Amino acid sequence: MAFEQGEGSMQRNPVGKLGETGLYMLQDMGRMGLYLLLALKGVFRRPFRMAEFMRQMHFIGAGSMMVIFCTAASTGMVLGLQGYYSLHKFGAEGMLGSAVSLTLIMELGPVLTAIMVAGRAGSAMCAELGIMRISEQIDALECMAVDPFRYLISPKFLAALVSIPLLTALFDVVGITGGYVAGVHLMGVNPGSYLEGMRTSVTNHDIRLGVIKSFVFALLVVWICTGRGYFVYQIRGAGFGAQSVSRVTTQAVVFSSISVLIFDYLLTAVLL
Amino acid sequence: MSEFAIEFRDVTKSFAKQNGGRQMILDHVDFGIPVGKTTVIAGGSGQGKSVTLKLILGLMEVDSGQILVGGEDVTGLRGRSLEQLRTRFGVLFQGAALFDSLSVFENVALPLRERTSKSDREVREQVMAILTQLELTGHEEKFPAQLSGGMRKRVGLARALQLKPEIMLFDEPTTGLDPVMTQDIYRLFARMQEQVGYTAVIVSHDIPKVFNLADQVIVLNNGKTDVFASPEALQWSREPHIREFVESTMGEIYQSHLVEL
Repeated sequence: MAFEQGEGSMQRNPVGKLGETGLYMLQDMGRMGLYLLLALKGVFRRPFRMAEFMRQMHFIGAGSMMVIFCTAASTGMVLGLQGYYSLHKFGAEGMLGSAVSLTLIMELGPVLTAIMVAGRAGSAMCAELGIMRISEQIDALECMAVDPFRYLISPKFLAALVSIPLLTALFDVVGITGGYVAGVHLMGVNPGSYLEGMRTSVTNHDIRLGVIKSFVFALLVVWICTGRGYFVYQIRGAGFGAQSVSRVTTQAVVFSSISVLIFDYLLTAVLL
Repeated sequence: MSEFAIEFRDVTKSFAKQNGGRQMILDHVDFGIPVGKTTVIAGGSGQGKSVTLKLILGLMEVDSGQILVGGEDVTGLRGRSLEQLRTRFGVLFQGAALFDSLSVFENVALPLRERTSKSDREVREQVMAILTQLELTGHEEKFPAQLSGGMRKRVGLARALQLKPEIMLFDEPTTGLDPVMTQDIYRLFARMQEQVGYTAVIVSHDIPKVFNLADQVIVLNNGKTDVFASPEALQWSREPHIREFVESTMGEIYQSHLVEL
């Protein structure tokens, strides 16, 4: 009874509310941490669902290629134009190749790819799992003694971990090409200096940083987006039914995008 | 061997209320569900009928007490042991819980593909056999969205029966069905129980229709349970809260609403 009174009073006073929010966040972090462990463990559980993995690769990877292509081309071309404008002031147009390629490989490629995939495929994965939860399909899987992690979640994790780095590579290539088109064909930068600048300034360390970022961002996007959908009923303030799915889907895209930006800074600070 | 397929011993389950405090759903309840019989769990909305099913399946945990399945304590089971326990159950959910993106055939084949090492040919034979039995042939390539409510329930039943469960749990199986379809579904349950021989637990508000299937009735009321050896025993109970329940759900027309099996 004392516990019941405590809970009631905690909700009424501001300090109690703050504590309650803190407890909720701790609980949510614990829940999401366990979820990540189970999802990664599910990757190694047999039988492996190759068909579902391929379906997810197609959805996350092949399905996102056009979005990535357009974003990369426009980003690369804008970088080419703006880079030329800035470098021209110092008479350093020859550095355009290294500026565009380093910016794309180390920063914009991994970040923008992850954010675009979160918006396109992450939201869909979150909504799919949320709907499966509210229509008791996940409960049905559990009742059939089928591990929902191995069956549903882990193929998505693996597909994201493979396809997002590949999409990042595509982003980098298209972006650098876009920068070349804008810088060389539109602004008249020497093609040799653009390519040579890129060749001499981009090191293995820079590429490694980009690859590490793309893996970390892939994990963040798939973890947050699928986790929000899976726990749709445990998310505070999400409500019930269709409304809860729409709310957690929005939350998943926002949280995963913000996490990508925060981790981008942290990884850059640690690994640069 | 226990005489009960499922037994609740001093089980308590409560939930936190939104405005503080806790709502007691099951308050130190004891009951047993006899092997091979049909038990109907009845009660008003929010009395914990579906929670009881979820506790049996390990989808929720009890606050205190024990749940025994086949005489074995299954309280707090996790991981592989819990998966193993669940293979003994078949569940028909309120909305059938069919997988939207899978066809009828794939839905029914799923437990066989995931839980057995049967070949594709064996899976096809077994699935087609149950679909024929439940009059679903010709619909195997359809998707759940293309089916009527009654057909969805039958597909859900076909899926639940694939692993030959010892115990079938039905959660509000006739919700959303018209009276004719409701009767058909109850007849189907009775027929399948006769063939498969499972213990049935039916959570339903469809009173008194469901009572013609019942060997035992459990009424949930404010966290407590009243167990009746037959629907007739419930009908003639002199307990005031039971009288109120009987009158509000059955009135004076109990017999005329029974399903003819």
